[in-house]
Amino acid sequence: MIVIDSLAKRFGAVEAVREVSLEAADARVTGLLGPNGAGKSTTLRLLYGALRPDRGRALVDGLDVATQPRAALARLGVLPHNAGVYPLLTARENIRYFGALHGMAGRALERRIDELGELLELGAILERRTKGFSQGERLKVALARALVHNPQNVVLDEPTNGLDVLATRNLRELIRRLRDAGHCLLFSSHVMQEVSALCDEIVIVAHGRVVARGTPEALRAQVPGGSLEDAFVAALDAGTA
Amino acid sequence: MRALWTVLFKELIENARDRRTLLSALVIGPLGGPLLFGVMINLTLERGRERAEQALELPVAGRSAAPNLVAFLEREGVKISELPGGAAAAADAVRQRKARIVLVIPDEYGAQLRAGEPAGVKLYTDTSDTSASGDRSRAEALLRGYGGQIAAWRLQARGLSPLLMQPVAVDEVDVSTPAARALALLGMLSYFIVFATLMGGLYVAIDTTAGERERGSLEPLLTLPVPRRALVYGKVLASGVYMALSLLLNLAAFAVSLRFVRLDTVGMALNLGPAVALGIFAVMLPFVLVGSSLMTIVASFTRSYREAQSWLAAVLLVPTLPIIFASLYQVPSRTDLMWVPSLSQHLLIQSLLRGEELSPLHVALSVGATLAIGALLARIAVRLYEREKILG
Repeated sequence: MIVIDSLAKRFGAVEAVREVSLEAADARVTGLLGPNGAGKSTTLRLLYGALRPDRGRALVDGLDVATQPRAALARLGVLPHNAGVYPLLTARENIRYFGALHGMAGRALERRIDELGELLELGAILERRTKGFSQGERLKVALARALVHNPQNVVLDEPTNGLDVLATRNLRELIRRLRDAGHCLLFSSHVMQEVSALCDEIVIVAHGRVVARGTPEALRAQVPGGSLEDAFVAALDAGTA
Repeated sequence: MRALWTVLFKELIENARDRRTLLSALVIGPLGGPLLFGVMINLTLERGRERAEQALELPVAGRSAAPNLVAFLEREGVKISELPGGAAAAADAVRQRKARIVLVIPDEYGAQLRAGEPAGVKLYTDTSDTSASGDRSRAEALLRGYGGQIAAWRLQARGLSPLLMQPVAVDEVDVSTPAARALALLGMLSYFIVFATLMGGLYVAIDTTAGERERGSLEPLLTLPVPRRALVYGKVLASGVYMALSLLLNLAAFAVSLRFVRLDTVGMALNLGPAVALGIFAVMLPFVLVGSSLMTIVASFTRSYREAQSWLAAVLLVPTLPIIFASLYQVPSRTDLMWVPSLSQHLLIQSLLRGEELSPLHVALSVGATLAIGALLARIAVRLYEREKILG
């Protein structure tokens, strides 16, 4: 379970995040939806400790990221925006590196890597160097790396960026499977269809603030016509007004 | 602590697969110096020897006009060869670098000599050809000598002492021996050693910092529940391991290549056996920490791999500057200089090469001060990674 409580972050004159609060429950997919520059990535970076908030706090399973970073991060699997892998290492070595840094070792770690290889359908590329991998293959490796310690909470920042249709579909399926297994999933996107197809709960942010939240159905019910796109635009308009 | 080893081993393996790292750590760094140094020192030694030992080759046009002059030159050991075609051919031969100098004796030489007039000969040469300067001055000296001899005979024939011709006697005393020149060059040896050491870790330092950020793998790494200092120390140590490797290979290459330099021919003994090489390695090891921390800091500030490369090229010069000054001005080993990294190593290496006993105080100061500065720099690198800005 992830709780974000009135986070705020300013870079010089730019207020990237003015006030964002949200709760992402276990066994739910929570989508952070917003146009480019709305503050989604900054919010997530504050959550996983890459940035320090000016105000507010982020809790992972009740652990404050600012005061107990290591315990909180151990319960978090993170796929940052445009995450890269090490091209001279094989997929397995890439995943093993992160597993080892999580304190895993030996047979248990290798078994977990095999498991992830099956889950993400890595197949033969698991033993190949990632140099020359397609965007989709690289994402799978980065995702396996983020999941290696079997974290209860998974944060994905724009994971479908640059993926083709098939890869996007596979990713969606994986997210659902993780949810069904009881994990808490929080992911950001600026693509509305993606969020509506996948999320149990949507949080719309604009200009560093939450402008609307609720289930896709609840959001649709707020606008005449009942399309999520209208609801999104209406929420943005309300937020800027 | 375990995280540190994990990072270290991962960076070692990854960089062992990187051609750029291997090239700089195993080839350019270790071998470039010995090669360049060997050539430089051999040239210095050769140049001195050549001049004295080799016979002067002098093509002569019109030798039949001056049989006595030619006989004199041959007696002095000059290799005379006939050049047909007169002045035009002489100019061509010099211009086309077929000969460094050519002596042209005109037909009227004999008549002028008999009449007691200055008998003209022409020495063709190209002053832009610096390799000819030695031959030119030798030929000029010989011709002056021949002229002096004739002048002396003429004075004697008139009952005058030839010494009248020599109111001032100049004797040039050259104190620059080839051995002295070689000694100055040996001062540059530590420059190459420091350079090879830094080269070994250059690409590792870039790859683990600017490279990691450019690839987008830094942010995922920083989301792990691992203290930043474990990550940074692991990276600094990885560069350090490659630097130590490059240093070791460099010393081995020097030890081997300097066997082929005939220092004994100029009365010099260079002390670079296995024991001295190991001594140099031990003296240099603390400097590895300074170098790898410094390169990690600088590469962490840069925004891209390329920018890091340009900056580190400049950083390569910084530790070598004190050495250049020290060897140019022949700075002696002094206690108060042992605080300065790279300079203290240079001075200790010089002592080791000369076969002198090292002062334990100097060694302790050099090792202690260098390690302290290295640890401070490593600490600064950690602070850089604890800033938000490290993600760029």
